[in-house]
Amino acid sequence: MNETQVQENEKPQFYLTEEQHPEHSTMLGFWLYLMSDCLIFAVLFATHGVVGRNYAAGPSPADLFDLSLVAFNTAMLLLSSITYGFAMLQMERNAKMETLFWLGVTGVFGATFLAVELYEFYHLIHEGAGPTRSAFLSSFFTLVGTHGLHVTFGTIWLITLMVQVSKHGLIPDNRRRLMCLSMFWHFLDVVWIGVFSFVYLLGVLG
Amino acid sequence: MFGDTSLTQFIFGRLTWEAIPYHEPILVVTFAVVAVVGLAILALITKYKLWGYLWHEWFTSVDHKKIGIMYIILAIIMLLRGFADALMMRLQQAIAFNGSEGYLNPHHYDQIFTAHGVIMIFFVAMPFVTGFMNYVVPLQIGARDVSFPFLNNFSFWMTVGGAVIIMMSLFVGEFARTGWLAYPPLSGADYSPGVGVDYYIWGLQVAGVGTTLSGINLIATIVKMRAPGMTFMKMPVFTWTSLCTNILIVATFPILTATLALLSLDRYVGMNFFTNDLGGNPMMYINLIWIWGHPEVYILILPAFGIFSEVVATFCGKRLFGYTSMVYATCVIMILSYIVWLHHFFTMGSGASVNAFFGITTMIISIPTGAKMFNWLFTMYRGRIRYELPMLWTIGFMVTFVIGGMTGVMLAIPPADFVLHNSLFLIAHFHNVIIGGVLFGLMAGLVYWWPKAFGYKLDPFWGKMSFWFWQIGFFFAFMPLYVLGLMGVTRRVSQFEDPSLQTWFIIAAFGAVLIAIGIASFIMQLIVSFLRREELRETSGDAWDGRTLEWSTSSPPPDYNFAFTPIVHDHDGWYDMKNRGYERPLEGFKPIHMPKNTGTGIILAGISVVLAFALIWYIWWLAAVSFIALLTVAIGHTFNYQRDFFIPAETVAATEDARSKLLAERT
Repeated sequence: MNETQVQENEKPQFYLTEEQHPEHSTMLGFWLYLMSDCLIFAVLFATHGVVGRNYAAGPSPADLFDLSLVAFNTAMLLLSSITYGFAMLQMERNAKMETLFWLGVTGVFGATFLAVELYEFYHLIHEGAGPTRSAFLSSFFTLVGTHGLHVTFGTIWLITLMVQVSKHGLIPDNRRRLMCLSMFWHFLDVVWIGVFSFVYLLGVLG
Repeated sequence: MFGDTSLTQFIFGRLTWEAIPYHEPILVVTFAVVAVVGLAILALITKYKLWGYLWHEWFTSVDHKKIGIMYIILAIIMLLRGFADALMMRLQQAIAFNGSEGYLNPHHYDQIFTAHGVIMIFFVAMPFVTGFMNYVVPLQIGARDVSFPFLNNFSFWMTVGGAVIIMMSLFVGEFARTGWLAYPPLSGADYSPGVGVDYYIWGLQVAGVGTTLSGINLIATIVKMRAPGMTFMKMPVFTWTSLCTNILIVATFPILTATLALLSLDRYVGMNFFTNDLGGNPMMYINLIWIWGHPEVYILILPAFGIFSEVVATFCGKRLFGYTSMVYATCVIMILSYIVWLHHFFTMGSGASVNAFFGITTMIISIPTGAKMFNWLFTMYRGRIRYELPMLWTIGFMVTFVIGGMTGVMLAIPPADFVLHNSLFLIAHFHNVIIGGVLFGLMAGLVYWWPKAFGYKLDPFWGKMSFWFWQIGFFFAFMPLYVLGLMGVTRRVSQFEDPSLQTWFIIAAFGAVLIAIGIASFIMQLIVSFLRREELRETSGDAWDGRTLEWSTSSPPPDYNFAFTPIVHDHDGWYDMKNRGYERPLEGFKPIHMPKNTGTGIILAGISVVLAFALIWYIWWLAAVSFIALLTVAIGHTFNYQRDFFIPAETVAATEDARSKLLAERT
C-alpha cells in the first residue's frame, strides 16, 4: 500500500489541523420548521377544500363575510410585513433605535390585525354562525384561527425580541433571531394571502 | 368527601375516584408490580446518591451520544409494556372459544390492542430509530454534535412526556378503545365520551413535537455539518437513510399534528370536521391520518435498511454492492411512500381508477426495495462473511422480510384487498415487515454499535438465543394469522364462535411465548454482558473492523467525538484511512467549542405533561397555569446567551493520551 502513496508523491490529508467553524445551521433549520408549519396549513386548506361547502343548511360565506373589513385587515398585515422589512434594513445599518421603532410599528399593525379578526369572530358567533354550526364554519374558524394564533405568538416573540435588542443591542445572536422572526412574519403574510383568496374571495363568489 | 360539587369539579375537572381502576384485578396487580419495582429503583438511586450524577450527566445533557442512549433505553422499557399487551391478546384469543369470554372483557381488550399499536409504533420503534440516528449520524459524518443540541435534549424529553401520558392512562382513567389510529366517528365525542381518546391525542401531540423537532435537527445536521470532503455521494448509507427518514418525518408529522388537532376540536369544542352530521366527513380523517401513516412505516424501515447496509458491508469485508443504486432506491422509496396512502382503505369506494392508481404505486415500491435486497445479496456474494450476531439478524431479516413484502404486494391488489381488508392477513403482513424488518434491524444495530457506545461487546450466546427464539417465535406467531386471515377472520375480535379456529390461535399464542423467551434472552444478554464486561472489553475502538468514521474514535467516544475534524475521501471513510496509512494525531490539540448542558428541556417537557393531564381531565385552571408556565420558561430560556464553553486543549490532550496508552497496551 505504500507504493501507491509513493506514486502519488503525497500522503492524503485525513484531518484538519485547525479548528473548523461550520457555518450556522439556524437558517436552514428555521426554513425546515417553516415548511413543516406550512404543512399544517396545507392540511387545514385541504380540509377547507373538502368540507368548505358543507353548510348544513346554515349560512354560507356570501351571507357572512364583510369583504371590506377583510380587505382592511389584509392591508394591516401586508403593511406589517413592509415595516418589518424596514426594521431589517435598519438592523443592517446597525441602527438600534430605528430598528426598535420599526419593530414597534410592526407590532401595532399585527395587534390591529388581531383585534379586527377577534371582532369578526365575535360578530359571527353572535350571529349564530359559530364554529359548531357546520363543517364549513368549523374549518373556517380553524384555518383563520390557526393563522391568528400564529400572529399572536409572532407578536409575543416580537415583544420578547424588542426587550432583548434593547438590552443587549444588535449582537449577532439577536440579529439571527430577528432574521428568524422576519422569515416567520413574512411566512404568515404569504399564508394570509392564501386565506384571503381561497376562503374569503372564492367563498363569497360561491 | 367534598360538600360542594361545583368546587370539586372546578378543582379536579372530571377526575374522580371512579377513574382509579381498583376493581380491575389485572390492573391492580400491574400497578403493584410497577409501584414496587419503581420504588426499588428510586431507592437504589437515592442510596447510591446517583440523582446528581443522573441530572448533570444524563438528563440535562445535550451530548447527542447520551441522548441517543436515553432514547434507546426508553424504547426498550416501552417494548416490555407493548409486548405484555401482545401476550395478553394472544392468550385471550387462544382461550375465548365455545362461549367462554376469556379473561379480558371487550372493554379492556379494546384498550389493550389500541395501547399495543400506539406504544409499539410511537414509543418503541420511533425512539429506537431516533436513538440510533442521534447516536450514529454525527459520528458517521465527522461532526461533534447535532446542529441544535438543546433542541435535541428537548425533543427527547417531549418523547418521554408522551410515553408518560400514555402510561398514566393505565392507572388513572382508561385508554382509547378505538384502535391505534382512532378513526372517527368512533373516536368522536359521541361514541368515545371518556378520557381514553384524549389520552391518545395528547400523548401523541406531546411526543409529536419532539419527533418533528428532532427531524428538523437531524436534517440540518446532515446537510450542514458533514466533514470536509464528504459530498452527498460519499455519505455512509445509514446517514443517507437517516436523511430520507428525517425528511419524511418533517414532511408528515405536521399532518398528524394537524389531524389530531382537528379531532380534538371536534371533541372539545363540538366542531364538525369528522362527525356524522352538520357536514362532517369522517373519511377526511382517514385520508389525512394515512397521509401521515404510510410514510410513517417508511420512517421506521429506512433506517433499518441503513443498518443492514452497514452490517452487510462490514461483516462481508467488502464495499457495499451498488452504493449508488442503494442511495437512489432509498430516495425513490421516500418519494413513493407519499403517494400510496389510499391502499389502506381501498374499501372506501373511491372507484376503480383511484384504487388502480394507488394499487400500482404501492406495487412499484417493491422495485427499489427489491433492488436493495439484491444489493445486499451481491455484497454477500464472494464476501468473507463473518456470522457474528448482527449478520445473523440481517440474514433473518432477508428471509422474513421478503415474505412480508410479497404479502404486501398481494394486499396492494384492490380486488384482493376487498377480501383481505381488516382481516388477520393484514395483521400478519404488517407484523411480518415490522418485526422482520424494523425490529430485526434495530436488534442488528444494537449489537453492532453497542461496543462503540459502551466499550465492550455483547455476549454472543444469549444473543443467539434471543435471535433464534425471535425468529422461530415470529413464524409460529404470525403464519397462523395469515391462514386465519385467508379464512376471513377479522382483526380486533375478543371472542370467537367457530371452535375450528382455536388450533391456529393456540399455535399463535405458542409463538408469542417463544418471542417472550427471545425478549427474556435479550435482557439476559444485556445483564450477562454487563457482568462479563471486562472479558468482553474492546479497546481498539474498531470492534468489527468497520468501514465508516464512527469506528475511528475510541469506544465510547470522547465528549467532543473527534479531536481533529476528519477529511473524507471515500464513502467508506475509515476503511480508506486504514488502507492508506492514516496515523492518529498525537499533538497540536486545540481547545474545542462545545454546548453547555441545560435543564430547560426536561422542565418544558414536564410542564407539557401537566398541561396534557389538565386538558385530558378538563382541569381548566391547571391547563391555563401550566400553559403560562410553559411560555414563561421557554421565553426565559431565550434570555440566556451564555450557552457554550471550550474544552481546554490540555483536557483534549489528556483524553487522547489515555487512548494512546490503551492502544499501546493492545500490541
